[in-house]
Amino acid sequence: MKGDTAKALVLPVALLAAFEIWARATHLQSDSLAPPSQIIMALAEAFADFSILIATRDTLFAAFAGLAIGSIIGLALGIAFGLSDTLNRLMEVTVEAIRPIPSIALLPIALIALGFGYRMEIVIVAFACVWPILILSRTAVRGIEPRLIEVARALRLPAGQRIWKIVIPAALPRIFVAFRLAAGIALIVAVTVEIAINPIGLGAGIMLAQQALRADLMLAYLVWIGAIGYALNILLVVAQRRLFGRAALSGDGR
Amino acid sequence: MKSTALLWRLASFAVAAGFIGLWQLVANLRLVSPVFLPGPDRAWASLVRGFSSGDLLTKLAGTLEHMAYGWLAASIAGIALGALIGSSPRMRTYVAPSLEFLRPLPVSAIIPVAIAMLGLTQAMALLVIAFGAIWPIVLVTIHGFAAVEPRLYEVARSLQMSKLAVIFKIALPSASPDILAGMRLSLTVALILAVVCEILAGLDGLGHWVLLSARAFRSADLFAGVILLGLTGYVTSVAMSLAEHRLLAWQAAQR
Repeated sequence: MKGDTAKALVLPVALLAAFEIWARATHLQSDSLAPPSQIIMALAEAFADFSILIATRDTLFAAFAGLAIGSIIGLALGIAFGLSDTLNRLMEVTVEAIRPIPSIALLPIALIALGFGYRMEIVIVAFACVWPILILSRTAVRGIEPRLIEVARALRLPAGQRIWKIVIPAALPRIFVAFRLAAGIALIVAVTVEIAINPIGLGAGIMLAQQALRADLMLAYLVWIGAIGYALNILLVVAQRRLFGRAALSGDGR
Repeated sequence: MKSTALLWRLASFAVAAGFIGLWQLVANLRLVSPVFLPGPDRAWASLVRGFSSGDLLTKLAGTLEHMAYGWLAASIAGIALGALIGSSPRMRTYVAPSLEFLRPLPVSAIIPVAIAMLGLTQAMALLVIAFGAIWPIVLVTIHGFAAVEPRLYEVARSLQMSKLAVIFKIALPSASPDILAGMRLSLTVALILAVVCEILAGLDGLGHWVLLSARAFRSADLFAGVILLGLTGYVTSVAMSLAEHRLLAWQAAQR
């Protein structure tokens, strides 16, 4: 296992080293590339003046706020559709008509309705997060052992308690899988909105670095955005394993 | 049984029509300023006008063109790269982890890099779309190659098939369900990136159209563009699943 990790590192390390040597040998002057050593310097500089930390805060705030709103809406709809077949069938055409709209297409609408800033970004992220959560939590609720629902009926639990005490706990492992998926989407959409138009956060930071022809800073932002995406993914995978063990994996295949 | 399904479908359409009616009502009563929310009647009129004058048609064609070129390039390169990495266990241990590391990267973050290299051009858009759409395909191809029934490889060895023959006759057909699923996923990615690139670079396409409409506060045109983008997403994904169904019919028959 340890040998495999070492082997996995061979390629990136070799590429970085080759690039560094090539850049130094040719005295690279470029608007789009910079040697790794300069990228690290630029990253350190951006940390020292807090600019990258502020941008990270803005991006993560918008992404998580959108994720929270989208999750709540998606979960509520998913549970409702999962419990009531009638409702699910009645809403089918409406859902299938709205879902394929690419989230980024809403950007101009959000822009004229809400202006630049957090709000429009949060709305777009929330829209993007609703669908995976809705679809997966609907399947999760449908997959609940029917006897659990029967027990709830026999106990005459009121609807609210039935959902809170039986449905959500039973479907939670697979709902978390949906949440993990949506968290990745939230970060991607937030950065994309910032790159396209919104002047806050990491996306705006990387665009600004590009426009200032600071290739080193631009690539430093790119590396940092990649690191955040990777860390978020790892964090959620670990959380899933810790919280649910194998229970969550059973839902992945479907 | 079939007629009840049809009835449900009809009822579902009726509900959707109800929502559109509600939207019309909200617009008519001016609960939301018409600057932000045109009624469905105005959006429809704008769609019809856009198509009869040909404006919207060229924009739609532009977006479809960006999407299709980028996606096709990504599919070909992705399958080739995935086959190269997937067919050799040594390549898998050395290269696959690096790819896994790159996977959660928000692809749009490479747009500035592409702009720095190629400027605000068509080539930049194609590079970004192809780069974004290639990952799902590469990863599923590697996975599909790794999951080939080992006995098939044994058969190939005893038949002394060449490496290329093994890839084309055994590994690719066996991995095709995975590959097609990956191609479907990357189709969505391609549409999103096409729209973003058009917004940023002002390329002829629906992304540019919706942005211009928003800047000029022509909300009916804006909604027409968004509706068209939704339709594009829907139609391409339906077409892809039909193709998937067709291409995989032989596998379903085998099982």
